[in-house]
Amino acid sequence: MSLYATQKLLYHLNREPQVQARFKADRAALLADYDLDPEERAAIEAGDIGLLYVFGVNGQILMHFAAACGMPWNDYLEAMREGVRRHGPVRAGIYAMVSSPDEKVAGA
Amino acid sequence: MSLVFAGVCSHAPGITGRAARAEAAPRDAFYAAFARMRAAIEASRPDAVIIIAAEHFANFFMHNMPAYAMGMADYYEGPIEDEAWLAIKRTRVPGHADLSKRLISSIMNEIDLSYCEEWKFDHGIMVPLHFLTPEFKTPIIPVNINCQGPPLTPLKRCWAFGKALRRACDEAPERIAIIGTGGISHWPATPDSGRINEPWDREFLARWAENNEAKLLSYSDQEIYREAGQGGFEIRTFVAVAAAAEGGKGEVWFYAPIPIFAVGCTIGVMALAA
Repeated sequence: MSLYATQKLLYHLNREPQVQARFKADRAALLADYDLDPEERAAIEAGDIGLLYVFGVNGQILMHFAAACGMPWNDYLEAMREGVRRHGPVRAGIYAMVSSPDEKVAGA
Repeated sequence: MSLVFAGVCSHAPGITGRAARAEAAPRDAFYAAFARMRAAIEASRPDAVIIIAAEHFANFFMHNMPAYAMGMADYYEGPIEDEAWLAIKRTRVPGHADLSKRLISSIMNEIDLSYCEEWKFDHGIMVPLHFLTPEFKTPIIPVNINCQGPPLTPLKRCWAFGKALRRACDEAPERIAIIGTGGISHWPATPDSGRINEPWDREFLARWAENNEAKLLSYSDQEIYREAGQGGFEIRTFVAVAAAAEGGKGEVWFYAPIPIFAVGCTIGVMALAA
């Protein structure tokens, strides 16, 4: 696990237009610049919001990434719930889910 | 001249980005409270507005995370987010590098804060400015308190920062407004987005309005995380404003949970003791 590197890539991607351009044009080369393990690399390449959430990516970083991927708000919330259903509880960080996986809080 | 205005408000991307999905009555009342705050700021004729924010990884990350940072540039830009998602267009916002430099130099007597000659605003600053200085002509000085990447600065240091900021403003000839922006209880950007602990919020706002140092600083981060979520860590911005206005009492102009905005929407103003 290299949650730090995963979040660092997403941080750069969220704020730097040049990184966004590389993400579109040559994703594999961009990801090679970061110390990611294969599972993390695959999750980022696939835009797997649910798995990234379970890894412990800070919600503020993840929310901006999901928005940049064009994911509607409700789909973003559901993707995180689906991630917990499939992969179990959030493994790190301060953005763990406090409701049950099938509970709807708001806007979902 | 020092401070001519002190207040607090919520920020959240949904406040602008998901406006159409909110129940109309509380949303419009909240926007009206923002408009009232804007009028009060304009009536105070500030030369600059300091916005004490809790950003979300627009500039600061765990490779080098300052507890406190202040902008020292002549202009900034934002939002970093997708414009359509936030419903705020990307724009350049004027700063006030000279005043920033004097404030930072003064504050450094008590608080070791980072200075920043470059700063990209995220929704945490752009949403309040969208309502409060919508023409983006008023010089803005951004301040950040790290509320996202623990370890976090203790509340008692936020109080000390607010006092140092006030003293620095007292030394400046400019007329300065300060705005703290943060959530109270909320679980933003999680599947629990929309959860709001209204009793906890109301108790916190009562302590804020009373401007009681001991009561404001009595919260532990464990308690905040349990009762108010990770979003509750942002009360640091409210605490700093209370300290800057120490001796004055607050008035909550608006509070209502608006779940689709993911936060108990708040507008409060602190009277400045003479």
